[in-house]
Amino acid sequence: MGWEEDAMLKELGLPSVDALFEDIPEKVRLKGLDIPRGLNEQDAVRRITAILRKNRAGDTLPTFLGAGLYDHFIPASVRAIASRSEFYTAYTPYQAELSQGILQALFEYQSLIAELTGLDVANTSMYDGSTAIGEAALMAHRVTGRKDILVPRGMHWERKQVLRTYAVGAGLRVREIPWEGRTGRLDLAALRAAVTPDTAAVYFENPGFFGTFEDRVDEIRAAAKGAMMVVGVNPIALAITKAPGDYGADIVVGEGQPLGNAVNFGGPLLGIFACRAEHVRKAPGRIIGMTKDAKGHRAFCMTLVTREQHIRREKAMSNICTNQTLMAVAAVTYAAVLGGNGLQRVAAENVARARRLMDRINRVPGITAPVFDGYHFNEFTIRVGGDYKTIARALLDRGVHGGLSLREFFPELGESALVATTEVHTDEDQDRLVTALEEVVP
Amino acid sequence: MRFRQAYYKEPLLFEKPGAPTSGVSDCPVPPALRRDRLDLPNLPEPEVVRHFTRLSQMNFGIDSGFYPLGSCTMKFNPKFTEEIARLSEVARAHPHQDASTIQGHLQVLHELQELLRIIAGMDAVTLQPAAGAQGEFTGLLLARAYLQDRGEERTQVVLPDTAHGTNFATAGMLGFEVVEVPSRAGRIDLAALRRAVGPKTLAFMITNPNTLGLFEQDILEVAAIVHQAGAQLYYDGANFNAILGRTSPGAMGFDIVHFNLHKTFTTPHGGGGPGAGPVAVRRHLEPYLPVPVVVKEGDAYRLDSDRPKSIGKVRAWFGNYGLLLRAYGYILAQGADGLMAVTDRAVLNANYLKSKVGRLLDVPFDGPRKHEFVASGAALAARGLRTMDVAKRLMDYGHHPPTVYFPHLVEESLMIEPTETESKETLDQFSADLAAILQEEAHVLRNAPHNAAVARVDEVLAARDPILSWRMYRARTTTS
Repeated sequence: MGWEEDAMLKELGLPSVDALFEDIPEKVRLKGLDIPRGLNEQDAVRRITAILRKNRAGDTLPTFLGAGLYDHFIPASVRAIASRSEFYTAYTPYQAELSQGILQALFEYQSLIAELTGLDVANTSMYDGSTAIGEAALMAHRVTGRKDILVPRGMHWERKQVLRTYAVGAGLRVREIPWEGRTGRLDLAALRAAVTPDTAAVYFENPGFFGTFEDRVDEIRAAAKGAMMVVGVNPIALAITKAPGDYGADIVVGEGQPLGNAVNFGGPLLGIFACRAEHVRKAPGRIIGMTKDAKGHRAFCMTLVTREQHIRREKAMSNICTNQTLMAVAAVTYAAVLGGNGLQRVAAENVARARRLMDRINRVPGITAPVFDGYHFNEFTIRVGGDYKTIARALLDRGVHGGLSLREFFPELGESALVATTEVHTDEDQDRLVTALEEVVP
Repeated sequence: MRFRQAYYKEPLLFEKPGAPTSGVSDCPVPPALRRDRLDLPNLPEPEVVRHFTRLSQMNFGIDSGFYPLGSCTMKFNPKFTEEIARLSEVARAHPHQDASTIQGHLQVLHELQELLRIIAGMDAVTLQPAAGAQGEFTGLLLARAYLQDRGEERTQVVLPDTAHGTNFATAGMLGFEVVEVPSRAGRIDLAALRRAVGPKTLAFMITNPNTLGLFEQDILEVAAIVHQAGAQLYYDGANFNAILGRTSPGAMGFDIVHFNLHKTFTTPHGGGGPGAGPVAVRRHLEPYLPVPVVVKEGDAYRLDSDRPKSIGKVRAWFGNYGLLLRAYGYILAQGADGLMAVTDRAVLNANYLKSKVGRLLDVPFDGPRKHEFVASGAALAARGLRTMDVAKRLMDYGHHPPTVYFPHLVEESLMIEPTETESKETLDQFSADLAAILQEEAHVLRNAPHNAAVARVDEVLAARDPILSWRMYRARTTTS
């Protein structure tokens, strides 16, 4: 104990700090913690850095993985702003007057998402894209009172698992709609047959898991009848694709990571959640509103809080409290630094990069790329003659990380993989993958 | 020292003059899906950086000043863990990478699981939940899966009246009925608890110390009552800062624990998130943990998803890894000695500040506190004032206000948690400022803040007439 502690104890008239723990019953007291002693900062950094150096990632290993998370180039300004400690060391803006900065930034984030999705309302974030789908299912149930959630079979299995976890509490049923053979789009006949008066939501993704677009959106809207249409998006693709609100989406969700946030080994991420204004009182999560202060100046605050856990308790729309605010700040900063034009350029480039790689891989004997027809965003599916996992290991030996094996979750696709690319890959990086595939594919 | 927060009449990004978005030629998407309009500004980068820098100057973080937000554990966030989390090995790592290329990350996860397991005194840990509330969600799913496996369908979750709002909401989200147990003298009423639990009880969820900062001394009796009813005892780890190395949920008889790494283990809260909410359990619940689980075989780490009894996944991939890594760094640097010193100083600071604030405001309930205490502003009513007025006035003195109006058990409450990283000087300054404020004329408090970025914000107007995006604002201003 140092002199400050001694002075405080003296003022409290206590012999030692132990006196403050005497109300802990003897039987539950510990003598200490059975973990190592502390390290000074230098040693701690040295130790952790040594562990982290055992990893390989983009800088040293060109990696062609996507499946919902995409390694984009992030301008340094985005990190500089997200590193402002007034932002990142703040708590939830419970006291609006001291938190105007982050409140305005979040209002701008909501505005960005509203513009991209074509819906009036966006919350400040969900944990990630997967939990946003779960929350959308629960909201669709609250709005419609119905219990069936229809989802594409061609959807990331982890997202599907998370959706099932969320659905189970409310007694919802998750049903899968198959894809159409050559295009990967939803099988419309199967969708029409699956929609019943108990369908709460029809969920699909645009672009879908296999990188293709769902262009028959009007047909899906009609097929969904009175169910809510929930669309999963990639926010960068939205810069050049129609806003889902304009084709009848009631809720839009998605993984917001591509907007200025690193992949971070899967977290922290950014769950996008947007909906129509008429349903806002059934929406989950924190929402910022524009208002006035006592002098009539524009001001911002958390609003519609009666939906939230700290007010509504067990009747709350969701239990979410801590969310992914800082990622939302990074996302709006990224969009502002790029501007609308820059965002559209990145989007178009990601279609072009995928096309270039796809064409070159398709020329490798023994590989079909893509498996599905049509435009692709960021990624595409390939099918190989031999065992894909063996091929993937051989690629690693050649210093390149191939796409994600799909065999386990989509056996009907055979020996297949999902290959993703973004603007971070140079032509040389892409060619390295192609050359390696030429060497290893039997 | 009086504080004055920056104020800029900073327009929205969307209101700034900038070139309109021109659209792309030969748009490479299906014709039916082409976008015809994107209303996003195109601004010079320096202007964007200035815009957000100004906004940051209208914000208050733990680096700006004292932040005694009760139950939120706003302590200093070490800077070295920020640097580590930004390394490209971390930032650019993809969760679907082959295990051979991510051995370091898996080692971090595995070692952190082990450290948290020991700190909690439990048997197994999942790092997947993204925040405390999701930890609760996970914990209740685990309890339900375990009991269902034994053929028991239990429908109620029992909570004390001092519980955090998330406890209620989590139970509601999973379709459980909430049974509330009233407190007696600020602690759990054992007789009321006995009446509340029974064959329908899935779990009893509590913090210890509770939200009043009081240690539940009857915790072993509580555990016995809950377990006799065949229910699970759940530890909400929001107040873990108070007990590191002094006791543990395991020692107290809990079955399930969630951590808030953004509280006790000081990962920065980011203005509202991200956090991380790992869950620790006793052996009987381990088979139900979310997949994948990181396992160590020899010197190698592997992800195990072959767990037939698992509840599945609560979030994609492995959780908020960047935060898990920061917490790992914090625990390594603190070590056993450092973590115990954390709790000792946090508790000493809380009791020291309580003795000072107790001379100014009523602090109900006797005895030592742990990490926080709750004062009451009820007496202010005699001057036509409320706790909120004091809270707003504290801003003018450069302090973030404490948590107000929670817990509901104390009228006009101020819940104050100073944490261990505050100096005696700061605590003395805060209590001196509070004393000065209480001497000020009523109108000064009622109209506070005077030195923040804006005057008191009209939250009622915001909810009555919601403007939630630029799109909504624009539609309104063009039609009216």
